[in-house]
Amino acid sequence: MATAPQIVDPEGNSAGGDAPLIEAQGIGVRQGARWLVRGVDLSIGPGEIVTLIGPNGSGKSTTVKALLGIIETAEGRLQSRADLRIGYVPQSLAIDRTMPLTVRRLMTLTGRHDPAEIERALDDVGIADLAERPVQQLSGGEFQRALLARALVRRPQLLVLDEPVRGVDFAGEIALYELIHDIRERLGCAILMISHDLHIVMRQTDRVVCLNGHVCCSGTPKAVAASPEYRALFGARAAAALAIYRHDHDHVHLTDGRVVAQDCDHDHEPDQATSMPRSDRDAG
Amino acid sequence: MLDDFFTRALIGGIGVALVAGPLGCFIVWRRMAYFGDTMAHSALLGVALALLLEVNVILGVFAIATAVALALVLLQRQAQLPTDALLGILAHSTLALGLVLVSFMAWLRIDLLSYLFGDLLAVSVTDIALIYGGGLVVLGLLAAIWRPLLAGTVSAELAAAEALNPERARLVFMILMAAVIAIAMKIVGILLITSLLIIPAATARRFARGPEVMALMASGLGALAVALGLFGSLQFDTPSGPSVVVAALLLFAISLLSLVFRRGERVLERSL
Repeated sequence: MATAPQIVDPEGNSAGGDAPLIEAQGIGVRQGARWLVRGVDLSIGPGEIVTLIGPNGSGKSTTVKALLGIIETAEGRLQSRADLRIGYVPQSLAIDRTMPLTVRRLMTLTGRHDPAEIERALDDVGIADLAERPVQQLSGGEFQRALLARALVRRPQLLVLDEPVRGVDFAGEIALYELIHDIRERLGCAILMISHDLHIVMRQTDRVVCLNGHVCCSGTPKAVAASPEYRALFGARAAAALAIYRHDHDHVHLTDGRVVAQDCDHDHEPDQATSMPRSDRDAG
Repeated sequence: MLDDFFTRALIGGIGVALVAGPLGCFIVWRRMAYFGDTMAHSALLGVALALLLEVNVILGVFAIATAVALALVLLQRQAQLPTDALLGILAHSTLALGLVLVSFMAWLRIDLLSYLFGDLLAVSVTDIALIYGGGLVVLGLLAAIWRPLLAGTVSAELAAAEALNPERARLVFMILMAAVIAIAMKIVGILLITSLLIIPAATARRFARGPEVMALMASGLGALAVALGLFGSLQFDTPSGPSVVVAALLLFAISLLSLVFRRGERVLERSL
């Protein structure tokens, strides 16, 4: 038996390790005379989950498209690893009815893959029985799963999800997020995600980047939720929603039924036990 | 065998149909029917210029159709006018320019009708060589850009994100369309080329389960339409180009009927 050759590829080594997969410094995208986003610094390391949040029209999708090289940047520096494997789940994809396309054929849309791997990817997202179904006949949730499987079968180093639960009903939304969570655990790929769902941001993200034409704040979900920029952008209600959610993990139940939060960054007034939700008081 | 004008027409026509099938599918999928029409309309300008400069007519048509395609791509970037308006301007102004140019060349008694509607029965052995040689090159290039072109048709953003360069595939595809228009012009004529590209593809859609199958079926259905049209044209003494298009239309109508029958059966089953 021959021993496995010990090939040391200096280039491969230098490209691996903890070096960021994608790194952007001060990138900006312009449409005519208008800047869609400007001055965006963002880097994604291997295995990291970064979530972009921000109001409508704040340039979340634009930023992602610029990072992926889909649209051109007008300024700034953008670097990505050579031969970076990306799996992309776009925000909205309408496949014309004139194109006959089964789920199985969709899986090899951008590259060749082993039939067994395709089967496994479909199984992973729970739609193995839909392989021969035309994509136009899938429900919103099934189609999102098919798109996710298509991205996964590429074994991406970076999975990019642009509002992955758009057009999916509430129950399907929770199931999809659970699935994405599982994927991250199993594959260890980095994930760049655009999300409106603040709960998900809290639970599963290493880093949140809050956009509003520029990076308004960024950091761990806790730090962002507490930052005045975030409150100014989303309003106190959203900030409170995040805070309340955080309490779900950081509270204790007392014997008299009261719930007391621990490890909070803000003041509590436990004797002011009114039925009015905290967010409304903050907003008022 | 090639001595017989009818056999030459059949072989030439089938060659064009085989190439037109897969390209026609992309025209249908990408909703480029009017774009194809515009390129075809510009062919007469290509013919006129080729006769004026005394170069090969097919080359002239190819050059002008390519130029029109590139002009459209550039004009689209300006984004001042919508694409359909741009197509309307390019299609009819190039056709008019061609007609005006032809009328200037009084020394040439060219048969305008044969360019507009095709002259399938005047296909020469050289034409056959050009159709099959050019056709093989077109199909080979199409196979080479198949994956990026198909992925870009489903979603240009997806293809770009996953490093497939869909924009380059789109440009190559436009040049291939120009080539097919140039070699198909003699068979069905400038005004009918788009139909040979689109109708077999639309017919194939009813039966195909995958894009590759649809492309192959479109080729087969196109070849069948050419054969039926030519025999019909011989039988009823009708012009060959339009006869081929009518045959393609008949096949399309039958595919629609099959759909109606299937639906009818289902209704019948439910009522029983």
